[in-house]
Amino acid sequence: MTKNIMIVGVGGQGSLLASKLLGHLLLTEGYDVKVSEVHGMSQRGGSVVTYVRFGEKVYSPVIDKGEADFIVSFEMLEAARYLEYLKKDGRIVVNTQQIDPMPVITGAMEYPSDLLAKMEAVGAKVDAMDCLSLAEEAGSSKAVNIVLMGRLSKYFDIPVEKWEQAIDECVPAKFAELNHKAFLLGRK
Amino acid sequence: MKQLMLGNQALARGLYEAGCSVVSSYPGTPSTEVTEEAAKYDEIYCEWAPNEKVAMEVAFGAALAGKRSFCGMKHVGLNVAADPLFTCAYTGVNAGMLICVADDPGMHSSQNEQDSRHYAIAAKVPMVEPADSMEAIEFAKLAYEMSEKFDTPVIVKMCTRVAHSQSVVETSDRITPPEKPYEKNIAKYVMMPGNAIRRHPFVEERTRKLTEYAENCPFNRVEMGDTKLGIITSSTSYQYAKEVFGENASILKLGLVNPLPEKLILDFASKVDKLVIIEELDPIIENHCKQLGMEVTGKDVLPIEGEFSQNLIAEKLGLPKPESCSLDETLPNRPPVMCAGCPHRGLFYTLQKNKCTVLGDIGCYTLGAVAPLNAMEMTLCMGASISSIHGFNKANEGKSEGNTVAVIGDSTFMHSGMTGLANIAYNQSNSTVIILDNSITGMTGHQQNPTTGYNIKGDPAGKIDLEALCRAMGFNRVTVVDPYDLDACDRVIKEELRAAEPSVIISRRPCALLKYVKHEKPLRCDAEKCVGCKSCMKLGCPAISMKDGKAAIDTTLCVGCGVCKQLCKFDALQSQ
Repeated sequence: MTKNIMIVGVGGQGSLLASKLLGHLLLTEGYDVKVSEVHGMSQRGGSVVTYVRFGEKVYSPVIDKGEADFIVSFEMLEAARYLEYLKKDGRIVVNTQQIDPMPVITGAMEYPSDLLAKMEAVGAKVDAMDCLSLAEEAGSSKAVNIVLMGRLSKYFDIPVEKWEQAIDECVPAKFAELNHKAFLLGRK
Repeated sequence: MKQLMLGNQALARGLYEAGCSVVSSYPGTPSTEVTEEAAKYDEIYCEWAPNEKVAMEVAFGAALAGKRSFCGMKHVGLNVAADPLFTCAYTGVNAGMLICVADDPGMHSSQNEQDSRHYAIAAKVPMVEPADSMEAIEFAKLAYEMSEKFDTPVIVKMCTRVAHSQSVVETSDRITPPEKPYEKNIAKYVMMPGNAIRRHPFVEERTRKLTEYAENCPFNRVEMGDTKLGIITSSTSYQYAKEVFGENASILKLGLVNPLPEKLILDFASKVDKLVIIEELDPIIENHCKQLGMEVTGKDVLPIEGEFSQNLIAEKLGLPKPESCSLDETLPNRPPVMCAGCPHRGLFYTLQKNKCTVLGDIGCYTLGAVAPLNAMEMTLCMGASISSIHGFNKANEGKSEGNTVAVIGDSTFMHSGMTGLANIAYNQSNSTVIILDNSITGMTGHQQNPTTGYNIKGDPAGKIDLEALCRAMGFNRVTVVDPYDLDACDRVIKEELRAAEPSVIISRRPCALLKYVKHEKPLRCDAEKCVGCKSCMKLGCPAISMKDGKAAIDTTLCVGCGVCKQLCKFDALQSQ
């Protein structure tokens, strides 16, 4: 059975490293893997989405509505935006950071309130945490992606050493220590 | 060793393994990474050409000289390169020549949704279409063999979902392709009428041979499953079809999409009860089947526009799709925006303030059209800003000259802007052209171009002097302005719009995302001084928002460009 992880966020938040790490790890675990990204225009501060699919044999490179086992979100509004991709009983791992989109910045719309509660009310299992603070505690606000991976790792039956090995293989050596710290803070 | 590879990276690997020696391309999403990845192999000479037409002609010259060559582009790039394409179909290529065209169904990053398969049909050249990364490697190698065997350029068609998906590949070593020394052959390579008319029958005969080849070639395959339903498909549509039907249907997967086989299709059709054609965009396989007299389901249920997905196919073909939940409220959308510190912002603010009619072009700066700036009124294709301002001003008999500008980026200007500028100089409209020189090709992710002074590998290269070029073309008024300086922008734009002759303004500042660009400390807002007038909000900077009636700066985004500070009459926005 193919498993589906969607990574969503705002262009520039570092979702490509998260999908690289997952792809690398799942491949070494012996799965067939597909990772789908969108480059180009939407990267400029727009809503971005990456699909990670793994299993015995994966065909489609994309995840469709109602198919995601996990949505990993770098930002609250983006978690809500992609909620309809979540499988019934699927889980959302979300950074509680709030980044105002342009319609909110210009005052045309308000940033929606109580998003976490609203998502839970329609049946999503929500695991929310302030990843930005944890990333800063680890040494860099840019490590939000690895904090989220630490949190996600709790739901996988893959030994922590394998995740740590994948981090070593995916990030430059000079940032390894910082990212290991971020991973463990997320996993705690 | 198994590894994950992006489709574009895999195609580059295929070029390497096939012994490709020369690559020339113009960047365009979703094709760009093929050439960037190819440039990492020392054995391949790689370059960014000024545009796709030049790139294809470079690749043609290299193939003529006897080396396997490649050029890559997005779908609209093939429009630019159509001229050499249609005639190198006649001359043939000597050594193998591949042309990658990457379509963008769903228009993730494009101005239209054209189906490039029409070009292969119209130019009478073969086109192959890989469905994942491993096929991208294999097809590249097979396509070079086909190119040399049939003496034809071969188009490798990618699409966003194949180009930008990683899937598992296994690599092999680079081969040494057969020697193909150049031989003088005027009748074959000089396409004047008397020679070309003799080449056309060769092209028709080649298509006949290629059709025969298509019947039993390694690009096409049949996967028999349940015979109640037969599916003919290609590219990423194959993946969606497999996802939905698995073994519950039989599939003819076409990798060679031009020319299409006949016997293979008829034979497959005879083995299944019902036939469905699943192809994105136009009904090309479907129309081919109909010409063969077959009854098929296709665009009567599946859409022509947009991309497909597993749910879409399931729904349209009457199968259930998974349940999903959503919130019962309208969420604010998050469109792409100009980055904090983007040098284009100050310039567009000034144009909007002066109520200019802005004819735009293709690049990051097309985002000048979105709220709150709303400062661009037309975007068509590469270079169209300059050519169309001339037509606009001529049609208005000069009355629009005082408030209309064309804006175009440095890379787009090199691509297709120069010829339009020559037309203004030659046919004399008093037009004002603004070159937004951010010293890089921005939107596609920072590629060098002829104005930056560096080549694809980041090594020093020739550098075209924009001011000298414009003056040489006959423009007496060429002014450089810093778009971070709003007063200077305002003064220069007013002066040049007033001037009695055509002018070029070069708005020059490097892209804020370039690694070598040093950022200032983030600004801060003094809440005591801020009166909440929202003047700074007119810029549409993602780093500024209103919190409790006062401006607030997001210090993780702000790069201290100071443009907002110039709009604050109350001295509330301060540098640190």
